[in-house]
Order: sequence, then structure tokens, then C-alpha cells
Amino acid sequence: MTATDFTPLASLLGGALIGVSAVMLMAAQGRIAGVSGIAVRLLPPYADGELVGRFAFILGIVVAPLVVMLATGAAPVQTIEAGPGLLVVAGLLVGFGSVWGNGCTSGHGVCGLSRLSLRSLVATLTFMATAMLTVFLTRHLL
Amino acid sequence: MSILVQFAIGLVFGLGLVIAGMSDPAKVLNFLDLAAIPTGGWDPSLAFVLTGAIAVTFIGFKLVLRRSQPIFGGKFHLPTATGIDARIVAGPAIFGVGWGLAGFCPGPAFTALTTGGNAALGFVLAMLVGMAGARWLASRPARLFPVTPRI
Repeated sequence: MTATDFTPLASLLGGALIGVSAVMLMAAQGRIAGVSGIAVRLLPPYADGELVGRFAFILGIVVAPLVVMLATGAAPVQTIEAGPGLLVVAGLLVGFGSVWGNGCTSGHGVCGLSRLSLRSLVATLTFMATAMLTVFLTRHLL
Repeated sequence: MSILVQFAIGLVFGLGLVIAGMSDPAKVLNFLDLAAIPTGGWDPSLAFVLTGAIAVTFIGFKLVLRRSQPIFGGKFHLPTATGIDARIVAGPAIFGVGWGLAGFCPGPAFTALTTGGNAALGFVLAMLVGMAGARWLASRPARLFPVTPRI
């Protein structure tokens, strides 16, 4: 495992920006800023005519680190500890689970909790619990 | 115009993730590692990210939803389901295992596409396959979960 610094102010500020983005997407398009829900609709079959807008939103997320690099001159720190096989397994589980449960950290954890949704509270507590359990098993028991 | 706006909104989302440190899977895993609290290796930053995001969204949604419709027209698409069923537990449970294995959830995985090399690309492609699989399965409830169980 790689040690990371506790960054309360930067994380609070970054979180607030995520909130600003969620509010802007609701104001502009009337849509929940749930990344898994937007990403799955990039794939066929297409139910409405909003594909290009969704692609633009995801593209904005993709290029964000490049904008940070241009502004600060340094790439954001990104330590990927998992090996390629584990990453593929993890990706399958994250993709399947987030769509099966109608949301991920952004859709349930940010937007859903902000709407005081009971379903999102159940979802958020569940994925936090299984993620913490998984980290405990892989880091401390296996 | 609305396409450019959606790009800008996604960019703000991504900048938020990067500034918050959430684009770094190690930082996410160190939050999830509660057993590291006694040894000083725990990183509570993710809780601050959620706090900041929810504080803004909670107030912002209240203000925005006073409008009769979104700026670019149409209507507000808010989730209508309220019941607690098996899927709202099983989906997040599976998602959480994947999140705990790699430290990536969907948003941060997209921020890693430019800086995370083939590892990040592999994760994102697998994630999209998993998403497509879940949607396919969800669209075929009648065949997979027949009303009359076969004995």
C-alpha cells in the first residue's frame, strides 16, 4: 500500500466542485450527475437523443487531469496498485454492480443523499460496507 | 450550445475529482482501510469530498428544482423508485467489492484514462462490459426470473 496525505481542505473544495457540477447538470439538462448512469447510456441501445451531450460530459471528466497538468505543470498523483488481471475483475464488478444498483458514488452517494433518498442511503451504506470489507480482506487477511 | 455546456459541466466534475485527490486510487483505498486507523495510515479525505459535494448539492438542488423546467428545456428527470428491493442492495454490494479491489469507481476511472496508461484503459473497458451486461440482464427479467418456477 502507498501512504497518502490527509487533504481536508483540497478534498472539501474538490467535493464542492463536484456538487457545483451536479447542480449545474440538473439546472441545464434536468439530469442527475450519476457517472455510471451516464456512461452506460453511451452504449447501445439508445433510448433518447442525448447521446452527444452525455459523451461531452464524460469527455469533460476525461480531459480534467490534462487541464490540471496545463495549469500546474505536474500530472495529478495516481497510484494504481492493482495488477492488470485484478483491474479487469474489479472493472467488471464496478460496471455491473453500479448499473444493477442504478448508481454509484456520484448518483447515490452525492445526488441521492442530497435528495434524502432512502434507496440511495441503503445503496451508499452497502457499497461502503462491502468496499471496506474487501479492503480489509485483501490488505490484512489474504 | 448545450453540448458545450455539458462538456464544461463534466470538466468541473473531473476537476473536482482531481483537486479532491479522488483520481488517485491509493487515496480511496486508504480511506476504505479502517484497520489502518490505529497505525496512522487511514486517510479520511473521501469523507470530506462527500461532505463538500452533498452540502452544495443539497442546497443547489432545492434552488434549481424551484424552476418549472431545465434551462435547455424538457423536464427534470428525477428517480421515481422509492422501494427497497433486492437490486438496491445486491448492485451496490457487487459495486463495492470492485471498488475495494481497485480503488476506482466510475468517475475517477474516467479521469485515469489520460494518465493511468493501459491499466486504467483495461479497467474502463471491463467496466463498460460490466455495465452493458447489467443492462442486458435487467432488460430480460421475464426469461431469467420466470413467474412460474420450473421444478
